[in-house]
Amino acid sequence: MATIAKSAAEIARAVNARECSAREMIDATMARIEAVEPQVGAYLSVLERQARESADALDARIAAGERFPLAGVPLAVKDNLALEGTVTTCGSKMLERWVAPYTATAVRSMLAAGAIPVGKANMDEFAMGSSCENSALGVTRNPYDLQRVPGGSSGGSAASVAAHEATIALGSDTGGSIREPAAFCNLVGFKPTYGRISRYGLIAFASSLDQIGPLARSVEDAALAYDAMAGFDPMDATSLDRAVEPTAGTLREDLHGLRIGVVKQFDTHKLGADIDDVYDRALHDLEALGAEIVEVELPTADYGLATYYLIAPAECSSNLARFDGVRYGLRVEGADVAEMNERTRAAGFGPEVKRRILIGTYALSSGYYDAYYVRAQKARTLVARDFAKAFEKCDLIAAPATSSPAFRFKSKSDPYSMYLMDYYTIPMSLAGLPALSVPCGWVSPEEGGPPMPLGLQLTAPLFAERPLLAAAHAYERATMHAAKHETQLPEAAR
Amino acid sequence: MSSENLDIAYVAKLARIALTDDEVERFGAQLGDLLGHVATLADLDLDSIPATAQVVESRNVVREDCERPSLDRETVLNGAPQRQGAFVRVPRIIGQA
Repeated sequence: MATIAKSAAEIARAVNARECSAREMIDATMARIEAVEPQVGAYLSVLERQARESADALDARIAAGERFPLAGVPLAVKDNLALEGTVTTCGSKMLERWVAPYTATAVRSMLAAGAIPVGKANMDEFAMGSSCENSALGVTRNPYDLQRVPGGSSGGSAASVAAHEATIALGSDTGGSIREPAAFCNLVGFKPTYGRISRYGLIAFASSLDQIGPLARSVEDAALAYDAMAGFDPMDATSLDRAVEPTAGTLREDLHGLRIGVVKQFDTHKLGADIDDVYDRALHDLEALGAEIVEVELPTADYGLATYYLIAPAECSSNLARFDGVRYGLRVEGADVAEMNERTRAAGFGPEVKRRILIGTYALSSGYYDAYYVRAQKARTLVARDFAKAFEKCDLIAAPATSSPAFRFKSKSDPYSMYLMDYYTIPMSLAGLPALSVPCGWVSPEEGGPPMPLGLQLTAPLFAERPLLAAAHAYERATMHAAKHETQLPEAAR
Repeated sequence: MSSENLDIAYVAKLARIALTDDEVERFGAQLGDLLGHVATLADLDLDSIPATAQVVESRNVVREDCERPSLDRETVLNGAPQRQGAFVRVPRIIGQA
């Protein structure tokens, strides 16, 4: 019997033991997608035929004696990740009909581990946004309150897993795009150290920040996906050439001997009494598990946003220059090449992408380069140094993942108010650190509606994925916040 | 660091994006606002601080100069908006005499 509410670990065990076939898992997942997708809108395309074929092929290999760590696990793939033969849109009209000619290394690793892609997940256009509202191709709703956003930019990835339309999703995180939607959708969202997972086949937004990672319903599932994907890849020049320690087998049940830093500058009082209470309780729970709570300082924390909103747009303006009407996707004709470029980019990009290209172009333009871009790169040095100093006093840092729970559609009309959503996640991205969000409680929004989840962000020093996941697992198992409320969708079969 | 020199039409020209009059006005205001926020970086004393381009150990990567499989030409050409035979078709780049 295929039960889509189970964890990836349980599904893989059952499929490897031939108690349930991969084909049954995929058939059950497709039935679930058919039932709830009209309300959720997690996917831009559903890979029904490919998924069934992959499942049959996997079942044949398992029958022949092979075993896979993620056997038969239904996988959602963010639509900025190339999967050969599938339309890969980046949520943009620019690539609305572009078919990927190869498969991203991270996706290939998940396939090799036995996971089966079931759909390409919606996202803010070119991964620029925090609500998924910037997708040019569809609306994705939060399964816990369909009137609210799922977060972004990996909003479809988060919604698919929360709605049981997939068991694990791949997302990408540049300034919080895995951690924020995970927090909004009651999931674990994990951004490893910059360079741990190959970016080959990830359509680039800001190359010095972009990192692929998993979204899942448990830390263990996120760890299994990380173990499958982490490692050196010669196809990505920034891929880390250093040994990867497997994490899924080393998860912990307590936090004895661990020092957890709380950032003095991240004062949660200003988030309101209800949210402050949730984070206070999280610190007490960490302490009760044996951790020692210590105060640390990130003096440049308030400069993270300004630093990020120069560096990321600068890199984006350069990366997105390739969408010029010549090689990929859309072309709008003009009298000459320049007019063809200008018209193509005017028609193909949405407002947020245009804004970021413009700000990045300005920050890199002659006469402003030193004042903006170089200054931001220097500020980035200070942010990284702050963390290095803080980690002399602690092993992990605990912080909010977001400053609020998921908000209602169209409630952040001013671009800067949307940028503020990334306040707590951006500093870790600038420093390249591994960080994750794990469910830590629920609040009832002032404006009404059902209780909404919040995420606790845990951050580790560079390359310390193993203690990070181990501690998150201990906290998750002791608190089980994710299980306290259901989505607004029909219950998934257990 | 000041936003008073932000000429949005000129920047759009550099970025090769055709903007409508409405967009020039709207983006001009929004980007001016953002530049106001990022101006806070002027408070930091950064004179002696090196710039960071990449946070994690990185080095130049080279590979053996030898043949290896590449993507299928047909598949890649099909991703382009216009093709002609084995080529990507583009508008005339060199002016007529």
